[in-house]
Amino acid sequence: MSDAINELGETSKTGLKKIRRLPPEFSILAVLIGIALIFEVIGWYVVGESFLANKQRLSIIVLQVAVTGIIAVGVTQVIITGGVDLSSGSMVGFIAMVAASFAQTSLNARAVFLQPEYAAFGLDWFIDSSPFWPLLVGVLLGAFLGYLNGLLIAKTGIPPFIATLGMMVSVRGLAKWYTEGQPVALLNENFAWLGQSFSLWGFPVPRTVIVFFAVAIIFHVALSYTRYGKFTYAIGANSQAARVSGIDIGKHLIKVYAVAGLLSGLAGVMLAARAQSGQPNMGVSFELDAIAAAVIGGASLSGGVGRITGTVIGTIILGVVTSGFTFLKVGAYYQEIVKGAIIVAAVVIDVHRQRKKSRA
Amino acid sequence: MSAERIISPQTMEAVRRSGAVPGSKYLLEVEDVRKEFPGVVALDNVQLKLKRGTVHALMGENGAGKSTLMKILAGIYTPDSGSFKLRGVDIRLKNPLDALQNGIAMIHQELNLMAPMTVSENIWIGREPLGRFGIVDHAEMNRRTDALFERLGIEIDPEIKVGKLSVANRQMVEIAKAVSFDSDVLIMDEPTSALTEREVNHLFRIIRSLREEGKGIIYITHKMNELFEIADEFSVFRDGKYVATCNSSEVTREDIIRMMVGREITQMFPKEPAQIGDVVLSVKGLTLNGVFRDVSFDLRAGEILGFAGLVGSGRSNVAETIFGVTPANSGTIELFGKQLTVSSPSVAMAHGMAFLTEDRKETGCFLLLDIQENAQMAVLQQRYVQLGFVEQEKLRKAATDMANRLRVRTPDMREPIINLSGGNQQKVLICRWLMTNPKILILDEPTRGIDVGAKAEIHRLISQLAGQGVAIIMISSEMPEVLGMSDRIVVLHEGRVTGILDRAEADQVKIMELASR
Repeated sequence: MSDAINELGETSKTGLKKIRRLPPEFSILAVLIGIALIFEVIGWYVVGESFLANKQRLSIIVLQVAVTGIIAVGVTQVIITGGVDLSSGSMVGFIAMVAASFAQTSLNARAVFLQPEYAAFGLDWFIDSSPFWPLLVGVLLGAFLGYLNGLLIAKTGIPPFIATLGMMVSVRGLAKWYTEGQPVALLNENFAWLGQSFSLWGFPVPRTVIVFFAVAIIFHVALSYTRYGKFTYAIGANSQAARVSGIDIGKHLIKVYAVAGLLSGLAGVMLAARAQSGQPNMGVSFELDAIAAAVIGGASLSGGVGRITGTVIGTIILGVVTSGFTFLKVGAYYQEIVKGAIIVAAVVIDVHRQRKKSRA
Repeated sequence: MSAERIISPQTMEAVRRSGAVPGSKYLLEVEDVRKEFPGVVALDNVQLKLKRGTVHALMGENGAGKSTLMKILAGIYTPDSGSFKLRGVDIRLKNPLDALQNGIAMIHQELNLMAPMTVSENIWIGREPLGRFGIVDHAEMNRRTDALFERLGIEIDPEIKVGKLSVANRQMVEIAKAVSFDSDVLIMDEPTSALTEREVNHLFRIIRSLREEGKGIIYITHKMNELFEIADEFSVFRDGKYVATCNSSEVTREDIIRMMVGREITQMFPKEPAQIGDVVLSVKGLTLNGVFRDVSFDLRAGEILGFAGLVGSGRSNVAETIFGVTPANSGTIELFGKQLTVSSPSVAMAHGMAFLTEDRKETGCFLLLDIQENAQMAVLQQRYVQLGFVEQEKLRKAATDMANRLRVRTPDMREPIINLSGGNQQKVLICRWLMTNPKILILDEPTRGIDVGAKAEIHRLISQLAGQGVAIIMISSEMPEVLGMSDRIVVLHEGRVTGILDRAEADQVKIMELASR
């Protein structure tokens, strides 16, 4: 269609009927429903029970993806600028450790902040304190690391892939260094509250999921209705034109990566609260799941395209696939193999879509 | 097309190379070509007859169907119906390779060269001379390139990377590549849109020598004077329909315009007298190392200051520096009497400057976004934002008003900008800048690649803006445009200002003298 309009230009334009376009999310939503229905049908044949009509399962699906979902929201806006963030998984691990150490109980004699080198700075004050502190520390630390990503990219001009790859390796190192590889365990009950569920109309709703949806809504609004969002799309769509339109690209990219880091930090805190510990290998390959979710959801790695609604659906698709295979008792190895294929298929579709567009 | 009479491209090529070509009055004969895209008829039974050894211009407004027909001839689009005869023999063009093997080569408006590869590699890609073990014989490849260039009178080092060449030289490489296929029919889609007068002359020399060799050249252009200079015949299309074919020595400019637009365009450059006010921008000794030196001029409110010069003379670079895209190494910029360090475009914008860039695709449009988003992007720096939230409703109204004022032809502001014609895209970009209420407007090639009607509208608009007291710098490679629109003309040559002419004293000869000395 666009080919035609482009060719014909203005004169014949007036006679053209306005074509209603469905939002691109509809096709992704259709894929989600399709996958779920396939599991439902196979479920009845193979397992003899319903896949979808199971409150517990639905709750677990969302819970499983909530943490990567929070990261995915952050990485979606990075992808829209034409960049990528590989450091989010490592940040989750490191920040889960740090946040956990701000939430330990005094019953644990080996708590990090009870050790003399930390207690000397008065950090033992945080033992048994409110969950507000680990949350604040985690979010700020994430934002700071993300800010470093952005600074590196904006000031040196190196590709985001390389900058965040470096960050990914270094921050994973930090996570291991922090307690020399020991998990940070025995957390206080206030903090545990963050990761628990409450009951809503008989559904067990984990607070992590609420945080995920809140983050998704906030960033959906931010990307669609704020200047921050407009500039984000502009930079990804055509950074040269954005620059000439007066957008300070460096400054904006720093913001975008800082926000992505902040969300990784938030994800780290929520994961620590749910797992009741911080472990140095937490969040391994989360960055890839998050990127996959964004791409399945329609974000284009060449920038300028992507929506949070799509990413949320993409995240849930990954969750449904994992849960569905577990439900069908397919082994973990096979699950990974198929998950990889799904991600590649999504990118193939993305490339195909891009090619269609650029032909115009 | 009757299937049984069609000869395969391979056979055709063999016949062609043997020299035993069937006689025919026309080299290429195209009739009853129809092409529909969903919802619109792009070509409505058009015809085109190209004689051997002639340059045949194809004229028409944007959207007339010229490019569609050319893309069909080049095998990019498949026609719904039509008969195609090359030297009297039916041919079928299913893909670009078919077209090339039949001897039809197209030089696209957007150059399709691979910038990181050398000139030679670009020309012979896929046809590299191979040495032992299938290794590409670079020496032989360069020899062939040299021979080709010598024949065409082109002076470019075959080993240089295409990315380092000027637009004009890339164009030459494209032409050489097309010729290297031994094509009989060469299609050139607005080849001069990025060239200056001197480069155009060089191109015309090449075209003439190709004509001598008996090739047929289809030449799409919007420029009337080129038609009279280079074309033997021309055909006019309008709204996807064939209008007429004439001998170019038998018609006047006005005749052609009438055929193209189906109406009279009274004045091409409607320059209205404007009240010239105080100096708003004063540039002194502006220097960007290695690009331009010691550029000084004043710009007054209500004035249209033309910038003339060859491509590579630094015209666009001066504009970019004034707007803060590439900050100067030395020299001063005074805005409204106050000296200012323009370190970035946002600084320039904060002081009432606006800059329509030369390259719509590279630095202008956000092709992935819609018209509304494209139009509002600059003004978002300054207005229509409350606590970070965009006042979309107000903004939609403002952009729609501006788009209506500029007569952007679109059913919907939410239409992706990529679906608009070049002229309409340009208008949307002008919208973008006018929404910021600029006091100084820099226009770099504001009418490049735009059809006659839209061009006149943009000229009228520029004139109106000057009348309202906006100070305008207009860079243009089109001499009649510069002469017709400007109050004064700054001429640049190799990064230096070689003269500033008043409207009264300026003429084409004086400008060319200053631009090329």
